[in-house]
Amino acid sequence: MAGKTLYDKLWDDHVVSREDDGSALIYIDRQLVHEVTSPQAFEGLRLAGRKPWRTERNLAVADHNVPTTDRDKGIADPVSRLQVETLDKNCREFGITEFDMADLRQGIVHVVGPEQGATLPGMTVVCGDSHTSTHGASAALAFGIGTSEVEHALATQCLMQKKSKNMLIRVDGNVAPGVTAKDIVLAIIGKIGTAGGTGYAIEFAGEAIRQLSMEGRMTVCNMAIEAGARTGLIAVDEATIDYYQHRPFAPKGELWDKAVDAWQQLHSDADAQFDKVVVLDAAGIKPQVTWGTSPEMVVAVDQSVPDPADETDSVNQQSMQRALEYMALTPGQNITDIHLDKVFIGSCTNSRIEDLRQAAEVASGKKVAANIKQALVVPGSGLVKKQAEEEGLDKIFIEAGFEWRDPGCSMCLAMNADRLEAGERCASTSNRNFEGRQGYGGRTHLVSPAMAAAAAVNGHFVDIRKQQGAQL
Amino acid sequence: MKAFTQLKAIVAPLDRANVDTDAIIPKQFLKSIRRAGFGPYLFDEWRYLDRGEPEMDCSTRPLNPDFVLNKPQYKDAQILLTRENFGCGSSREHAPWALEDYGFRAIIAPSFADIFYNNCFKNGLLPIVLDADVVDSLFNEMEPGYQLAIDLEAQTVTTPTGRTIHFDIDENRKFRLLNGLDDIALTLQQADKIRAYEAERAKRAPWLFQ
Repeated sequence: MAGKTLYDKLWDDHVVSREDDGSALIYIDRQLVHEVTSPQAFEGLRLAGRKPWRTERNLAVADHNVPTTDRDKGIADPVSRLQVETLDKNCREFGITEFDMADLRQGIVHVVGPEQGATLPGMTVVCGDSHTSTHGASAALAFGIGTSEVEHALATQCLMQKKSKNMLIRVDGNVAPGVTAKDIVLAIIGKIGTAGGTGYAIEFAGEAIRQLSMEGRMTVCNMAIEAGARTGLIAVDEATIDYYQHRPFAPKGELWDKAVDAWQQLHSDADAQFDKVVVLDAAGIKPQVTWGTSPEMVVAVDQSVPDPADETDSVNQQSMQRALEYMALTPGQNITDIHLDKVFIGSCTNSRIEDLRQAAEVASGKKVAANIKQALVVPGSGLVKKQAEEEGLDKIFIEAGFEWRDPGCSMCLAMNADRLEAGERCASTSNRNFEGRQGYGGRTHLVSPAMAAAAAVNGHFVDIRKQQGAQL
Repeated sequence: MKAFTQLKAIVAPLDRANVDTDAIIPKQFLKSIRRAGFGPYLFDEWRYLDRGEPEMDCSTRPLNPDFVLNKPQYKDAQILLTRENFGCGSSREHAPWALEDYGFRAIIAPSFADIFYNNCFKNGLLPIVLDADVVDSLFNEMEPGYQLAIDLEAQTVTTPTGRTIHFDIDENRKFRLLNGLDDIALTLQQADKIRAYEAERAKRAPWLFQ
């Protein structure tokens, strides 16, 4: 019998019961809760007179609607304020731990989970948020769910699920200096497409993945969903174990040792069979920039905007034409000739300490270009912010002309006051370049933190590999 | 949850691939703490010429005359015909809520994004996967008043000319949708199994059960 993939092991470990059609009731070890996708779930519990199955398995934090400035003044938008207050109220009523807006540990749910050790290797992790795939960076089976399933997981600590197929994406060799986790995952999405991973759990492996820090691995797994896969996974190694030691929610003492022993098994067996294998050569990956309105519409920074006329499939051709129109770009235009209006460094993809360090290194001693109306740096959590300030990164950003903000989802999806105005063009370290995502009529180019910082100080995209002093 | 058994209804063609959930229901409407009332904001940025805000009265907003749902012949559509990877992106269940609240009961596409597909079944909305060629043929044969008949029990879509097309669906999902069952109540029938699993797992992973 063939060995098991990491996904197979995690799945088998959590099956409570199996149905005849291959679906199974699986146990959920951890649910993360935020304010946008939970109010209707709590309301459902109330209406049915139900209580959470295990309150301590849930951890809540408001992130989507929170302001990133003047927090002591509260939330100006009454609709946003009601949603955040509703989360506070629901957590109190149901006895769920919440890091509220005043808590130093507050931040983006997918930054907070690993940072606290609330999401651990070997766990099943769910959240009413598609970027829950982030937590797979530590070999947790983590996936986004809708609000009905949030309610279901609250009430039963289980979900009825159909097993996904197994895909291995191997990135062999080493990336060049200046090429980051973000570029790797954008290159992967460019290769397999936004639906390439639909129906699969993707395990990322290979030398280039192994060499990433835990923060970098989170960036890669975060965007598995942008390739269509609900779940991204990376096997446990020394970096994983080191990362979790001494985290507040991680086990201690003898239990830590037991956990580490178990976590050492969290890798695919050598003879495991995957339904699909995709291989990339890391040396061939350059800094990436999206040009369109889907993350798969991506090219290397030294390329130009593609021409729909070269596309043979008529549906794709129409999508490209529509995207070019929305983005106000012309085929053949050099990526480095695209000028920006705003820059956003943040989001659950790229707001961890390593991301801020990479951006600060590029911004250090430089000034945000005159044509950039606003350049935001939004740390992923209060603790990331604190650490960055201890390292003096805030000063580098502020001196360069960036705004140094409080933690939250911010301009990734513009549910708070941080947004693009119609027609504005943004270099963004977030994960989605959909129409209107960062604000009605806004135009988004997805890039790495270093590329975003370089775009901020130059006013247009530049090849980070050619920037002086870039030692990333 | 509403049960779904059979439906014969007008079809609206949305000829786009990779329609994301941000397009289906933009973020500003997600601030609502209610489950109902999203229908008027379905496809808001495509459907209206102005910028939509929560709790806006949509009856006086300027409509985009080119958008398919604004054409009078699709006014009563309950079936949406669309292209690959429908519902990609955000996990927001507000997307199926908005589609259902608007009046759609079924969506036909060559493929759906996983989370969206799953969310549909929680809301009495039937997502039907048909081969890209078949979907293409349905787009091509559409004419005024075009209707399709869907039979979930038989797993068929029937065209006006009597062509019957089979579709696949998991037994478990089909059963729940046919009967409009409450998923949580069904799972709680297995409470003993959940407790037995917890007891066994606590031995293997004691750090999770401190």
